[in-house]
Amino acid sequence: MTPRNLREVVIESLVRAAGYSAVVFVGLIFFFLLREGLPGFAEVSLPALFGSRWYPTEGHYGLLPLIGGSLVVTLGAAAIAVPFGLATAIFISEIAPRWAREILKPLVEILGGLPSVVLGFLGVLVLAPFMRVLLNLPTGLTAFTGSVLLAGMAIPTLVSVAEDALDAVPRNYRDAAVALGASEWQTIWRVTLPAARSGVLTAVMLGIGRAIGETMTVMMVTGNAARLPTTPNSLFLPIRTMTATIAAEMGEVANGSTHYHVLFVIGIVLFVISFIVNLAAGAVVFRRPKRAERVLS
Amino acid sequence: MVATPKIVIDRLSIQYDDGTESLRDVSIEILANEVTVLFGPAGGGKSTLLRALNRLTDLVPRTHITGRILLDGEDVLADGVDVVRLRRRVGMVFAQPIPLPMSVRQNVIYGLELAGEKRKSRLDEAMEQGLRAAALWDEVKDRLHDPASALSGGQQQRLCLARVLALEPEVILLDEPTSGLDPISTGKVEASLQDLKQAYTVVIVPHSIQQAARIADRAAFFLQGELIEYASGKTIFTAPKDKRTEDYVTGRFG
Repeated sequence: MTPRNLREVVIESLVRAAGYSAVVFVGLIFFFLLREGLPGFAEVSLPALFGSRWYPTEGHYGLLPLIGGSLVVTLGAAAIAVPFGLATAIFISEIAPRWAREILKPLVEILGGLPSVVLGFLGVLVLAPFMRVLLNLPTGLTAFTGSVLLAGMAIPTLVSVAEDALDAVPRNYRDAAVALGASEWQTIWRVTLPAARSGVLTAVMLGIGRAIGETMTVMMVTGNAARLPTTPNSLFLPIRTMTATIAAEMGEVANGSTHYHVLFVIGIVLFVISFIVNLAAGAVVFRRPKRAERVLS
Repeated sequence: MVATPKIVIDRLSIQYDDGTESLRDVSIEILANEVTVLFGPAGGGKSTLLRALNRLTDLVPRTHITGRILLDGEDVLADGVDVVRLRRRVGMVFAQPIPLPMSVRQNVIYGLELAGEKRKSRLDEAMEQGLRAAALWDEVKDRLHDPASALSGGQQQRLCLARVLALEPEVILLDEPTSGLDPISTGKVEASLQDLKQAYTVVIVPHSIQQAARIADRAAFFLQGELIEYASGKTIFTAPKDKRTEDYVTGRFG
């Protein structure tokens, strides 16, 4: 083998190994989660796992309050982040003059690099007291406070990806719509946004993904009371998320105990949820092109 | 019948901010019910002129325009002109077929919907009319709800034409509408242009001299932003007055 060929082979196998390693790592993580978590299913019965009380010290391992807490915070964050993020992306990509775009885009991306602890700190010291006074609540450490902060974390990701997608829509599309008598807003809403659809949805999913998995910020500002959110006003009461529970309790739990195994069960649940979100995103993003291909062939 | 000028272009100059000049002091009268061809080598300002006619030049920031463009005697470049209404009167088909990201039917009725038309019967009627006028109806009547991107390139371009026709404009601008098409589709588009001029004023930048010669009632030859010669198609392609026009149409340069 000539040295040149050898180089090709080495580089190629390195690249290949890097590619496969992602799959291997996901597999290993899942295997580890299962190994540590499965005993949990044996030690605590399924009905008990889906109970509504989480008091590990007294043997209550109901996950519903935690799942509910995560859901409330995440949905709240999505409800805030999606409209705001999309509006920002549309403004930056379609409406802002060029000089403003060149300042705004990097600024938003810097915001995305902010460590979540810093944001949590801000939440505890500024946002929570503000919420308490504004909404006249017993405590400012609520699901809503968490949602607002998580939205703040999701928005930079969402804006950055959505703006790229909007920017990638060929200039032609806008010309065509405008030539048909569309106003600026009609062009954006009916042509540019649908054309950038898959990219925009990816942006939304990445943003929400960031919110679901976020731990530090929510742990700091949501009050950490494992209480099942049943009424709409739960949004303005303390809750506790799955991620915060793992982070807070993992350090103090006895290795190999039931509590330890159940924390891994929470991990499995999180893993499954993010897997479902990804699958759903994929299904939505790839549906339309496939149909067009079928028509073509 | 004495043909009346539909569009009068009066000493039009267009300049970009970076100093490049796109058009210099151009004056033409464009007649109704004729196919007027703007041709010449690339960078001559033909497309810019076309885009100025329905103010698509507005989309390019920092463009300086002087002179007047009169449509039925009204200056379209004046401040306070309703640009949206203007663009409905002066429709445009681009070089690349640009099906909007929606179904065939929605593409055709999109302009009308924007104009506020809601009656389904009226929309369907305009859609069929537009598609027939663009010689596309027979090919797509059974697939109106398919995504427009599933049509072939030639069909997409005729769809873009149908989309403009459905708005019942007065003037149709075409910027190299057949540059991406095969000869058969090109033939279909050219044939429909001959029908269209009965009802509309057609201004077209052709994609070749041969095409210009085939379809022109009147032709304007542009070179580096200047109008060199403007005459009937017959004159300009058989007995041009200017040496530069002659060199170009006989293929000596460009």
